[in-house]
Amino acid sequence: MDPQTIIARRVAQELRPGSLVNLGIGIPTLVTNYVPAGMGVFFQSENGLIGTGPIPEQGMAHPLLTDAGGRPISALPGAATFDSAISFGLIRGGHVDLTVLGGLQVDAEGHLANWTIPGKMVPGMGGAMDLVSGAKRVIVAMQHAAKGKSKIVRKCNLPLTSARPVDLVVTDMAVIAFPGGKATLMETAPGKTVADVLAVTEADLVVHDNTPEMKL
Amino acid sequence: MRTVSIEDAVSMIPDGASIMVGGFMAIGTPVRLLDELVRQKKMGLSVISNDAATPGNGVGKLFDSAQVSRLIASHIGLNPKAQQQMLAGQTAIDLIPQGTFVERIRAGGCGLGGVLTPTGVGTPVEEGKQKIEVNGKTFLLETALRADFALIHAFLADYSGNLSYALTARNFNPVMAMAADTVIVTSEHIVPVGVIGPDHVVTPAPLVDYLVANG
Repeated sequence: MDPQTIIARRVAQELRPGSLVNLGIGIPTLVTNYVPAGMGVFFQSENGLIGTGPIPEQGMAHPLLTDAGGRPISALPGAATFDSAISFGLIRGGHVDLTVLGGLQVDAEGHLANWTIPGKMVPGMGGAMDLVSGAKRVIVAMQHAAKGKSKIVRKCNLPLTSARPVDLVVTDMAVIAFPGGKATLMETAPGKTVADVLAVTEADLVVHDNTPEMKL
Repeated sequence: MRTVSIEDAVSMIPDGASIMVGGFMAIGTPVRLLDELVRQKKMGLSVISNDAATPGNGVGKLFDSAQVSRLIASHIGLNPKAQQQMLAGQTAIDLIPQGTFVERIRAGGCGLGGVLTPTGVGTPVEEGKQKIEVNGKTFLLETALRADFALIHAFLADYSGNLSYALTARNFNPVMAMAADTVIVTSEHIVPVGVIGPDHVVTPAPLVDYLVANG
């Protein structure tokens, strides 16, 4: 299984029936491919839609119906549209049950940096800061390392996305949570040992006995 | 409300004006007004728009011809020209969180001095801003935003200026229509009064100053 599939399938297990979910661009978007049919999850697109559906079939796209990246999408039965003040009121007001975002770094206390590399990449934060500050639960879906460097760091040296720590990090190597504000290894990826994970992780992880493998 | 030609609508906007432009990645953006701003070479504009779209599209057209001296937005990542103009010091760009962006405009349209939000606390967004504690929680004071002109794109406009919007093209339009001294609207369709039922009017007619005639 390739790294992105491992991450998307594991994150999909965190979805709950009837919940309102906002997925970021990149790996998080792949999560929709692994949602069990009939679960009744509501996906929000922050440009003003609840009930985001798949990419429309040929000839069925509408120029005024897109995702937050401007790409054509469909809307599911029961979908609702609204303006950006309501959309971000949903996000900032704690009405979004779960957001899944990509990450550049997560530190040992669960702080996320995911919007800028000063001097290199200055795209703007879009809705990322609002999502991390406002959603009920925040999951980061990202590769464990980039160019051989751990993205799970002792302390973020990139600007933070929010002072609020995230709840869970799912990578191609591990699932990490932050009980008591300490990065804790919860699961390892299939075929990976605890030692494998620790070898590619810069931050110190709390490790309990018998850390289970992800069940995918 | 008055009906105007596209030429007359844009000739009201002076060089250096501040303009709010509706739309999200060019969806729901009043493209005809932007094309006319380019044609009439209105320079030194202060633009308030969620994003810089992409070159050749939406607000991106104003960057293609370097007509923007200042931009307030939440995201410019898909417009390399806007990024170049920012790094070259040609355009001053304030990047702010999207929720803060829309709430500042909402505050501007509703007579509020600003809003208090936890978004941005502990990040570079808090620099230079007043922090206020309410019930033990820390908030940033984000001040209200208004503009000289709001350029709005609707789906339906009736002869009196009532507006409704379609799908994800609604986005920032109804909020911006509250927050400018002069509101100029283009609409996909201009329809008789009554076609938009009272329950389906999103922006009521008294907010609209000018409706641009369809060509």
